[in-house]
Amino acid sequence: MDIFNLAFWTFVGVVAGIYGLLALGLYVQFSMAGLPNFGHVAFMALGAYTMALLVIQSHVSLVLAALAGIAVAMLFGVLLGIPCSRLRADYLAIATVAGSETIRFLVTNSAFTGGPTGSIGMLGPTQLSTYTGQWTPFIGGITSFLSTFFGDAATNDLSMFFIVWIIVGVAILVLWRMEKAPWGRVMKSIREDEEAAKSLGKNVFSFKMQALIIGGFLGGLAGVLWALEIGVFSPDDFQPTLTFYAYLILILGGMNRLWAVPVGAVVFGILYSGTRFLNFYPLSLIDSGARAYLRLLIIGVVLVALMAVRPQGMFGNRKEMLLEK
Amino acid sequence: MVWQQLAQLIVNGLIEGAILALAGVGATLAFGIQRVANFAHGDYLTFGAYVAFFVNVTHGLNLVFATICAMLGTAVLAAGVHLVLLRPLRGRGLVALSLITVGLSLILRDALFLVVGSGTRAYNFNQTTVYNLQVVRLSPGQLVAAIAAAVLVPAVAAMLAWTPMGKSMRAVADNRDLAEISGVNTDRMGLYVWTLAGALAGLGGVMLGLIQGIFDPDLGFNILFLIFTVIVLGGIGNAFGALLGGLVLGLAMEISAWQGFFGGLPTQYQPVLAFVVPILLLLFRPQGLLGRARVL
Repeated sequence: MDIFNLAFWTFVGVVAGIYGLLALGLYVQFSMAGLPNFGHVAFMALGAYTMALLVIQSHVSLVLAALAGIAVAMLFGVLLGIPCSRLRADYLAIATVAGSETIRFLVTNSAFTGGPTGSIGMLGPTQLSTYTGQWTPFIGGITSFLSTFFGDAATNDLSMFFIVWIIVGVAILVLWRMEKAPWGRVMKSIREDEEAAKSLGKNVFSFKMQALIIGGFLGGLAGVLWALEIGVFSPDDFQPTLTFYAYLILILGGMNRLWAVPVGAVVFGILYSGTRFLNFYPLSLIDSGARAYLRLLIIGVVLVALMAVRPQGMFGNRKEMLLEK
Repeated sequence: MVWQQLAQLIVNGLIEGAILALAGVGATLAFGIQRVANFAHGDYLTFGAYVAFFVNVTHGLNLVFATICAMLGTAVLAAGVHLVLLRPLRGRGLVALSLITVGLSLILRDALFLVVGSGTRAYNFNQTTVYNLQVVRLSPGQLVAAIAAAVLVPAVAAMLAWTPMGKSMRAVADNRDLAEISGVNTDRMGLYVWTLAGALAGLGGVMLGLIQGIFDPDLGFNILFLIFTVIVLGGIGNAFGALLGGLVLGLAMEISAWQGFFGGLPTQYQPVLAFVVPILLLLFRPQGLLGRARVL
């Protein structure tokens, strides 16, 4: 494939935006509140599955179903919040992984969630199910509107690109306001020293809960957008690796810098998809199927090298390195 | 019939539990010493399994010798990673170090996929016979794994309980500063713990490959989160807790499939059980089964 393929890079941009949204959810939990959530991808899975199930099996309208998906993700945040208040960081990290794996195993093994086939098998093996009935005309409308400006370059992916990045922009603006407000300062004081915050009369439990709920909102939203973008999903779309990608995005851009999150997302997107173009000698000796492993290998090398050499990332906030958690 | 099934499940559970116990005891000591949730631990198991495969199948040597090579090879790998990567970065914090091991896990697993391919492998070992021991039936792989487990789990426990080195390891994993002022060379203990963890992971990998019959480079990663569960069950840094936790988890997962137990839990839900139980446990005992509540 040509390296200057516009349609391809539009898709990469969409994926980067959705992962960026996922990373923003993690930013609230980890960078602001200091909660090491290693099961963040669960929010995404819950958002996507709830929406698809409601549309396919209960014939709820897409907008309501999407809102319900986000609500369920937020509810899961509340559920996580209960052990959060009692657990040490190390136990919490493992408990959250276990939580997200539980959800992935449940949807992989239950019939009503389509089992390993995912959304396409939600009505059983005899009937293909889709949830994009109301979405396709909507995004098609936006695309035809965009075509007056972009001509042939206007595709559904381009529409999605704008939708996703506008949402990311709004989320960053809101989070930025929150971070500057007293709320954000309390959050960071809890991250730095829970006991000190407590002694000043701050309700630590409530703030952690809020961080998890906001994280759940952003994660669930990312899941809904992901489901709409790819049209059909399976449990494999919600592997624990996605949580690590979100962490990588946070670190790539720079720890504790809100505006660096989208930068990290774009760099990650390029890194993740750019390996597709590693088809020159001697790498061309590796067949295209095995090149997927090469991509993950490279991501692993970047993660290790970055953490070892420049843990604060590209534009990291050195003063606020909180990796001690 | 129902009771015979139970006996069979108990034996299977003990074998599986022994693998989890051996892998978990290394991982929990390393966790205690370095404050790192080692996401590459599963891939250490895989690495061991493939070292043994290389010796046993590619070079046609005896399986016992191959297992020893696997333990040595994985011990060298784990000690090397400790010296090159983890020790210099000590003190960076739980999340930073754990993310490094995530990267390491991706590197190990995908390098293995690139080198050996994604096809399944099996040891050069009689896979077809079944030993019929009155009530239980065992494959040769299971039998070997059972014997190895019966010898090694008590041996590791004895080593940790009674030898000076075992005591020092547990001391460092429990409280590094206290161990240090008591005259334990914590730096050297770190190296020893990782070497032990590597050797046990290598062994666990071979045993896992044997009881499964066939394996691919995802072998160890597939049970990584079970190893984490074992760590949590026993309490982070608690070696005996991990040994016990591994056996309990292995038994619990197998016995849940017993027909006498409400008709048996469908086997595909066993991992769910393995994840839900520790979460519930943590709600009531946030420090794990055998862990002590800590002020710091």
